Amino acid sequence: MTATATEPSRGLAARDDRVATRPLAARLLSRPEVGSLIAAIVIFLLFMAVAEPFRNVANVGTILYGASTIGIMAVPVALLMIGGEFDLSAGVAATTSGLSASLLAWNFGLNVWIGILLALVVSVAIGAFNGWLLLKTGLPSFLVTLGTFFILQGVNLGVTRLLTGNVASADISDMDGFGSAQKIFGSEVALGPVNLKITVLYWVVLTVIAAYVLLRTRVGNWVFAVGGDAAAARAVGVPVRATKIGLFMAVGFCAWLSGMHLLFQFNTVQSGEGVGKEFIFIIAAVIGGCLLTGGYGSVVGASLGALIFGMTQLGINYAGWNPDWFRTFLGVMLLLATLVNMYVKKRADLR
Amino acid sequence: MSTATSERHDAAGHSTTPILELENVGKSYGNVHALRGVSLQVRQGEVTCVLGDNGAGKSTLIKVMSGLHDYTDGTMNLDGVPRRFGSPRAAQASGIATVYQDLALAPLMSVWRNFFLGNELRKGPLRTLGIARMKRICEDELGKMGIVVPDLDRPVAGLSGGQRQCIAIARAIYFGARVIILDEPTAALGVKQSGVALRYIVKARDAGLGVIFITHNPHHAYLVGNHFVILKLGRVVLDAHRDELTLEQLTTEMAGGQELAELSHELRGIDPGKVIEPGKVEHGQLGALALSPEELKAVEREEEEELRA
Repeated sequence: MTATATEPSRGLAARDDRVATRPLAARLLSRPEVGSLIAAIVIFLLFMAVAEPFRNVANVGTILYGASTIGIMAVPVALLMIGGEFDLSAGVAATTSGLSASLLAWNFGLNVWIGILLALVVSVAIGAFNGWLLLKTGLPSFLVTLGTFFILQGVNLGVTRLLTGNVASADISDMDGFGSAQKIFGSEVALGPVNLKITVLYWVVLTVIAAYVLLRTRVGNWVFAVGGDAAAARAVGVPVRATKIGLFMAVGFCAWLSGMHLLFQFNTVQSGEGVGKEFIFIIAAVIGGCLLTGGYGSVVGASLGALIFGMTQLGINYAGWNPDWFRTFLGVMLLLATLVNMYVKKRADLR
Repeated sequence: MSTATSERHDAAGHSTTPILELENVGKSYGNVHALRGVSLQVRQGEVTCVLGDNGAGKSTLIKVMSGLHDYTDGTMNLDGVPRRFGSPRAAQASGIATVYQDLALAPLMSVWRNFFLGNELRKGPLRTLGIARMKRICEDELGKMGIVVPDLDRPVAGLSGGQRQCIAIARAIYFGARVIILDEPTAALGVKQSGVALRYIVKARDAGLGVIFITHNPHHAYLVGNHFVILKLGRVVLDAHRDELTLEQLTTEMAGGQELAELSHELRGIDPGKVIEPGKVEHGQLGALALSPEELKAVEREEEEELRA
């Protein structure tokens, strides 16, 4: 892609001699994910130096697992942010999904797989509802999804207690279809000394697909456009409403995937789970170079942001530091990464 | 593509039937009547200029024709068939392309992505974007406009207003099959680039397109226009062919015609020189004297902020 742009001959008209070709390094540095890449390398080197267990290859699986549970959601949240919207309900929506599958299957004595499919419908419908309400009312997505966040949080607790008399869903591990579903959503593969959770696979696949869609398809072009200037996009014929609702539904789909993992990893779902996660997804996306105002960002960057989270979470433990400081560390990371993003981009654009 | 072009040329000789025709079209926003009884004909190979001051209803007229707003009165005929466009996409599908005043470019997207936005070329079984082909076409089309963008991967926010205008015009012409609406295309341009834009309007006309040129500059309009319509407060106040009109007449009409004559008669008794006592004012100092040092600083600050923005 960049190779064709460096070609010296430029069509019919003569070159404007005030403008020199930008060096390759400058073009690479102006990519949105550069800040997160630098941060990921620095943090990796830091923990390699200070934390002995971090160097142990067997722990790679644990670190990647932590990153993948965040990454699965950070990828669609990044797409949504590039499309100019937020979703604060993404964290609890995953819990809602896990609860729906488990409660529906358990209460109606259904095959677990039917519960899973119903949960998929619920999750995608929640996403579609967010998008529809947003476009219908014209309210900022921050408010709309903050509303759904609280609604879902209450529903999770209320419905679970109503049906089970408890704050967690019942254990469904002895029900029909549980075994096969657990293979799909909660299994583990040993690669030499490294035990990889299946979520790592989902995370990587989602990142690849989302990055491909964003940069190489028409829909990806529309995502950038509706986030950058929705009015301009509409004027040239981009289906703005469908694109935005589609993005919210993609978040819903990934919330379902994430919720299914919660369910089949622990056989039961805590109804209070997921609160506070939404910000972690957004932070991962921002570290990865997504602008809060939309129209700019990177899926790969968001995945690197998730990786930074995974490394930090465990790195602090491995280094023997007090884990109380984890959040502080994250805050500092967020600020540094965004500053680096801004600085690097400014420098690269000037060259 | 080739058959469409030949049809155009066949029709160009006797293009009596308009492609797009507005009959008594009106548009109300609640109790505000932005357009009232506007009739307009757009023919192949003709430049129809719509002139009018701010608030005359030019923007509303564009929005109606390009499918952003529906009209509330009258009829709009495309090839003699009454039509209502539900969306800009529908208008585009019917061959009506629009270049907006605010250019309709997404600022953080690259040049080629903006150029093909909404009309992306795709290839292969996976329907991947044909990026190399889109870049080549984009470069060629911009080259025809006499504009060279050094790096098509750069966001358009970094380009000058003239360059952005050219991208928007080139895009509309490349995709605009039959009717192209230009909303004040020369308003933000320098002399040379205005010339380029006007030349491109002529090129579009010669290619058999119906061009609607919206402007408030009668000089630019008269250079390329075949037909002139002046809007005032949502109504058509002048509708004339080039033969029936001189540039002076057009300028006078545009400036308010009869009203302006009355205004100058009204003001005849006033001597502008006497507003400030002659002894206190020397030529060339008026501007400096009129502003106190604080005000001057405020102006400078504003200018700096604008530059930074």
